[in-house]
Amino acid sequence: MGSHGIRDRVAIISVGCTPFGEHWDLSADDLMVQAVNETLAPVGLTKQDIDAYWLGTAQRSCGITLAKPLELEGKPVSRVENFCATGSEALRQASYAVASGAYDIAMAVGVEKVKDAGYQGLPATQPPNDGTVRNLTAAAMYSMIAPAYAKKYGVGESEIRDALSHVATKNHYNGARNPLAQFKREVSKEQVEKAPKMAGTLGVFDCAGVADGGAAAIVVRAEDAAQYTDKPLYIKALSLVAGNGSGLQDPNYDYTTFPEVVDSCEDAYAQAGITDPRGQLAMAEVHDCFTPTEMVLMEDLGFAERGTAWKEILAGTYDLGGELPVNPDGGLKSFGHPVGASGLRMIFECWLQLRGEAPEQRRLGNDRKLALTHNLGGYPGEMVSFVSILGSELG
Amino acid sequence: MRGILSAGAYVPHFRLDRSTIAAVAGSGGGRGTRTVASFDEDTTTMGFEAARLALRSAPGAPAPDALWFSTVTPAYVDKTNATTIHAALRLDDDVAAFDFGGSQRSAAGALRSALAGSGTTLVVAADIRTGLPGSGDEATGGDAGSALLVGDGDSVIAECIGAASATEEFVDRWRSPGAERSKLWEERFGETRYLPLGERAFQAALKSAELSPEQVDRLIVTSLHGRAANAIANRLGVPTENLVDNRAATIGNTGAAHPGLLLTAALESTGPGKVIALLVLADGADVLLFRTTEAIGSYRPARTIDDQAAGGGPVAYGKFLSWRKMLTVEPPRRPEPNRPSSSAAGRALDWKYGFVGRADPDSGAPQMPPLPSGSDAVPMADVPGTIVTYTVDHLVYSESPPVIFAIVDFDGGGRLPIEMTDVAEADVAAGVRVEMTFRKLFTSDDIHNYFWKARLLKEAS
Repeated sequence: MGSHGIRDRVAIISVGCTPFGEHWDLSADDLMVQAVNETLAPVGLTKQDIDAYWLGTAQRSCGITLAKPLELEGKPVSRVENFCATGSEALRQASYAVASGAYDIAMAVGVEKVKDAGYQGLPATQPPNDGTVRNLTAAAMYSMIAPAYAKKYGVGESEIRDALSHVATKNHYNGARNPLAQFKREVSKEQVEKAPKMAGTLGVFDCAGVADGGAAAIVVRAEDAAQYTDKPLYIKALSLVAGNGSGLQDPNYDYTTFPEVVDSCEDAYAQAGITDPRGQLAMAEVHDCFTPTEMVLMEDLGFAERGTAWKEILAGTYDLGGELPVNPDGGLKSFGHPVGASGLRMIFECWLQLRGEAPEQRRLGNDRKLALTHNLGGYPGEMVSFVSILGSELG
Repeated sequence: MRGILSAGAYVPHFRLDRSTIAAVAGSGGGRGTRTVASFDEDTTTMGFEAARLALRSAPGAPAPDALWFSTVTPAYVDKTNATTIHAALRLDDDVAAFDFGGSQRSAAGALRSALAGSGTTLVVAADIRTGLPGSGDEATGGDAGSALLVGDGDSVIAECIGAASATEEFVDRWRSPGAERSKLWEERFGETRYLPLGERAFQAALKSAELSPEQVDRLIVTSLHGRAANAIANRLGVPTENLVDNRAATIGNTGAAHPGLLLTAALESTGPGKVIALLVLADGADVLLFRTTEAIGSYRPARTIDDQAAGGGPVAYGKFLSWRKMLTVEPPRRPEPNRPSSSAAGRALDWKYGFVGRADPDSGAPQMPPLPSGSDAVPMADVPGTIVTYTVDHLVYSESPPVIFAIVDFDGGGRLPIEMTDVAEADVAAGVRVEMTFRKLFTSDDIHNYFWKARLLKEAS
């Protein structure tokens, strides 16, 4: 028994991403077709050249959801869902299918059409149940992080507030340099802090936006990658952990860490052979659904010592020109969160940055060869966590 | 010896200051306060809370073999409401549960029937009283639950020593089923009916017990016809100072719950060997006479009416109107919840209605909700806890936003993230003590979704 990973056995040869936003004029079908076509075109493949598809979407069921708008002929399409890590799950399945030898070329597609519901926020649907299921927004659950963190590490309320505001202004700064982002504007610390409260001390600018979007990636065996591109990204690690919800029942859980993230991260680092993430990674795309989430992730992913993330954030460690840029594309903060697409949107930024193709305004200031994506779904105490490591070189 | 084994009343948290009514309604109101059931309470949940207190006050009493629930404002018709209370109390399945409905008189009738019957009967009543804005019913009404455990044996605290009724058909107060208010005939007419009826029944009851009016130590008179109730109290020959406070100034008239509530109040403040008379004027007159026993000397109510009446917090008149559906306010712009599944709820009966966890096979700590690995049942409804952290959710669907949500660690083990109720944000903090209360989370497709919430712990007096 063991988690061995598929380090350097599978390569990403193309990634595409639609603009994210309130696409009142685009359907989920439109977004899928657009994402797929943008991904196929650069490598000269057609939809029928893809041997198998994995579709990540939270709201729609079954493979026909993709086969129909693409008008695929006789292709296997699996629809996968894993909370907000759905897009990453699609990539994970497609990659393992190629690594197994079952298929030569596979595509992961992620899409979400959120803005047709008529309500703000992510639509949450539950199967029929006994009515005792907790009724609380994600914002409320994540709003418990900051006070718990402040208490545990003896950090003042205003210092924590400064750090959270910095996460928001940093990600919006980056998003302002990204034509695909939903919000392409910088925001000031004052704007962040004066925004109306959504839950606890979290204001509007502490929360990710809500957007529609699609993204896709094509994977092949590493040895075949050169047929399609001279700059593939190699999959170094894929790790997923589904929590058992014990954090909600365990009096020892203190809301300052996400054990599922720690577990998936350790597994991913072992697969990829990473020992010093802060020194080895060129960048990280992390799941900044709420500003406190990003703060805690810096520690759970090993980017900061426990109790120090707030200081590192304020010191600019994770800024675009910092030691380890985090969310250089603007993150969920700037992109919104079309559930099925977000994980692949993160991959898209790694694709651009590690290949040196990101717009100059937000290009990384380092020449490291590894990038990390982190995608989670659920709540503190009860979540799924996904970590990938991608690299521009073998070995 | 047959009589009352224990008694409990539930006074909801919220108080409406009657002086705030006229500014909005243009008229009505008055002095003092009335109690208000919160948006997440109904007669079933209040009846349960009262029943829970009554059972808690009599730890040594025999378990009830029947539960009778009376209300004028049932949460359901066609479906029995007493079964919900039965489930929340975790009574055995061979305990019968019946509803008595329709009028205030049913509550008095249920009590009289239980006292005349056999076995141990938990007689529960609850009511939510209101009327159109500015009406007398709105101002003088109150919301509450009451419960009396009726049975036999040496632990009876008040023996039933006499009873009588007088019945007459006349239309003084009426309401179509489902209507939002009652209508009233000219007050003087009802008074002319009630006074002779009350006097007749009272005299008949005294005669059956071989007592004279001056031997009545505590006289309880209650009626939704306030004028008749006030008038008759001076006509029965009972010394004026023996009249039990009808709680009009603080609680209001709680309709079907009021006979039980006032009797509970009297029992909580009366020593052994005293005669208590209960006179209910409702479509006739019903009188019950009790004599307190030596056992009342050692009787310790779990939570007295005085304590509950002294607590509570204010509710603004506008919020009161919206809770009673008299004022339609903008709902949260979130999807409304789906109705709970009856079959799923049935499988989770102990958890959903009884708040019963299961012991973790390794640690023994309660699983809440239970997991497939759970072993022995761990009842958690009466276990207090402490807030670890909390948040205020301005986004989530609620019939009365915002939602205050807390992570609660229970004494002796176990943790649950749970919604708070009957609380102001300023009163919530880490370290604050809480207890569980049975509430209605929402109503969808006319199904009431009952479950538990946390409220600030009210320490026993």
